[in-house]
Amino acid sequence: MEQLMMVLIGILVSVATYLILSRNMIRVIIGTAVLSHAVNLLIMAVGGLKKGNVPLIGHEEEPFTDALPQALILTAIVISFATTALLLVLAYRTYKTSGSDDFKELRGMPDE
Amino acid sequence: MNNIIVLPLIIPIFSAVVLVFLRRFAAVQRLIAFASMLAVSIISFVLLELVRKEGILKLDFGGWKPPYGILFVADSFSVLMVLAASIVTLFCLLYAFSTIGDRHESMFFYSFVLLMVAGVNGSFLTGDIFNLFVCFEVMLMASYVLVALGGEKVQLRESLKYVLINVVASSVFLIALAYLYGTVKTLNMAHIAERVSEVGQDPILTLVSLVLLIVFSLKAGLVLFFWLPGSYVVPPAAVQALFAALLTKVGVYALIRTFTLMFPHHPETTHAILGCFAGLTIVLGCLGALSSRNVLKIAAYNIVISVGFILIGLAVRTETALAGSVFYLFHDMVAKALLFLLVGMMVYLTGEKRIDFMSGLIRNYPLFGWLYFLAMLALVGIPPLSGFVGKVLIGKGAIEAGSYVLLFLGFASSLVVLFSLLKIFLSSFFGETIITNEDKKPLPKASMASLVSLAVCIAGIGMGAEQLLAYVQDAVKTLANPSIYIDAILSDSDSEGV
Amino acid sequence: MRINDVILRTVVKVVILIILTLGVYLFFSGHHAPGGGFIGGLVLASGIILLFVTYDIETIQRKMPFDFKKVAALGVFIAAGTGLGAIYFDLPFLSHTDGHFKFPFIGDKHLTTVTLFEAGVALTVIGTLVTMILSISEDE
Repeated sequence: MEQLMMVLIGILVSVATYLILSRNMIRVIIGTAVLSHAVNLLIMAVGGLKKGNVPLIGHEEEPFTDALPQALILTAIVISFATTALLLVLAYRTYKTSGSDDFKELRGMPDE
Repeated sequence: MNNIIVLPLIIPIFSAVVLVFLRRFAAVQRLIAFASMLAVSIISFVLLELVRKEGILKLDFGGWKPPYGILFVADSFSVLMVLAASIVTLFCLLYAFSTIGDRHESMFFYSFVLLMVAGVNGSFLTGDIFNLFVCFEVMLMASYVLVALGGEKVQLRESLKYVLINVVASSVFLIALAYLYGTVKTLNMAHIAERVSEVGQDPILTLVSLVLLIVFSLKAGLVLFFWLPGSYVVPPAAVQALFAALLTKVGVYALIRTFTLMFPHHPETTHAILGCFAGLTIVLGCLGALSSRNVLKIAAYNIVISVGFILIGLAVRTETALAGSVFYLFHDMVAKALLFLLVGMMVYLTGEKRIDFMSGLIRNYPLFGWLYFLAMLALVGIPPLSGFVGKVLIGKGAIEAGSYVLLFLGFASSLVVLFSLLKIFLSSFFGETIITNEDKKPLPKASMASLVSLAVCIAGIGMGAEQLLAYVQDAVKTLANPSIYIDAILSDSDSEGV
Repeated sequence: MRINDVILRTVVKVVILIILTLGVYLFFSGHHAPGGGFIGGLVLASGIILLFVTYDIETIQRKMPFDFKKVAALGVFIAAGTGLGAIYFDLPFLSHTDGHFKFPFIGDKHLTTVTLFEAGVALTVIGTLVTMILSISEDE
């Protein structure tokens, strides 16, 4: 199962790289979101997919699944969610003020 | 109980939240922000004394013993950084009071500054590498807002790039953490260090350390600094100074911590690459500083040069060089803040950014001009001022280790720093004045007070280098012997257990 | 432009109660089972956003006159406050405690201070989510 996950993560990372390297603002932002999903899957796969019992009080049977990767992923999801929301708002405002969503036109002057 | 360790994180967060409710009362906001940073500065000073007397302190959150819980660790290095960050923020806030304007104040400016400082202090103090990631994100999230706050066209444009670079870097950071967790099954930095030294630093771990090197290089502006000059010059001067003093330095701190505590076992790979990066950064930064005629850009490239210079100390990793790095890092936080505030004040007074359009400022504002001169001397490393001791120690360390190329690059960069700053001084401060007495804008008093205080700090660090070196030596003792740090964190967890 | 949204309005009147109840249930179940402040807060916030989508912003703001930025700040205040409480009792930062209490009529209950922390988390989530959605949608 982990091998399958690795293939999936590879696909997601390549999709994200392709999107991030494009010039369209929204594509780049979606690319960062896809990249963060790929990373979350990676953390999950590295911690080992479901191998034991739920790590909750009341389910005493050993062995427990390692719960830490899931806690890490939850934190990472919250952070990437907040940054993506901020990025979308920023992109929208930039589009409104600059009138362009193409990064090539947002390069700026060489010495402002 | 060592709850004092968490105060540099929790006081700024608490005041930031309180300030949200006081949106309309600008005066109260200023008072609370200033008072809380003053309190943090005093606390970090007390903490520094405490650490020197009692050794490394730690605080296990919620009583969860390491390596199971998250913890904060105060050793001399981290507390020195917290102290410098708090002092710099205190004076940047003082500068902001008279220059930032109502619009920023009503858009929660002080809250975001305090949140950023909380993230910075958290990054310095944490003893858990995932927690380091979270504190980085807290700091970056606040900095994203501070870059864009004001909403001018150029600010939005640059902030978008800044955010994107950092989001990608954060993802790479997480990838490194995932591999690290997969290999050593722990995230507590001391525990990682222990396990890495037990099993030996095999190629996978070295690879992980190199991924971490890339991430922290992006954050610190080591080689990968292409985003830095663009995004650091767009926000208001007070924010620029905070960024210059704090953000890249957190990356440098993380690099030093990673490669002295966790991955010091294969210097022929990791530290050699660090040395190449440091040298390259210095050369590229010097080219940038020489080619630009925009005061803000010159100052921004000076950050890059100093990052390279500090990391020479880490790359050659003798105790003397590390002491130099820590000392220079402390000095650079204060001096870069002063430089950016001075440059920002020049832009405020003349309304121009290019040195060709400014002239004769020293005739209109003599004290201001001489403050710039003082800052320049300190950054170059002229003896009685703060930069001198750090430069000498790094140089001595490089000679001990026989890294003459890095030594040459480091001291050649001092000349370039001198030249680039002198270029500003000669063309903007000397010469015929272009401002008539009628047009002359008065210098804001609070800003002047903050500039003078920072200058006093620089002189103080230089004159009192002896006292400061005592703390620096203590910090370096821990950096050079990771076992001190590991024992302090993990010693009691085996006996008590969870 | 008036859109014909009779079905949406009618369904929302019933469904909103279910969503909000589910949110509160998830919040309280978090101690021993999946759930907790973050998830409960997400569900509650999505309920509130559904209200904003169905009716217009002015109507809802008249009925719920909070500044959601302040709700988020209050959440952080409560969550950080529980940490400070531990400092007051000279325990490590973020220490929590629990206990069994007997109440008239409802009997023995297990209460913890973690619930206070979680309440802070939930308020923060609600506040930030609604602020984000509103700040994008209020723009002309």
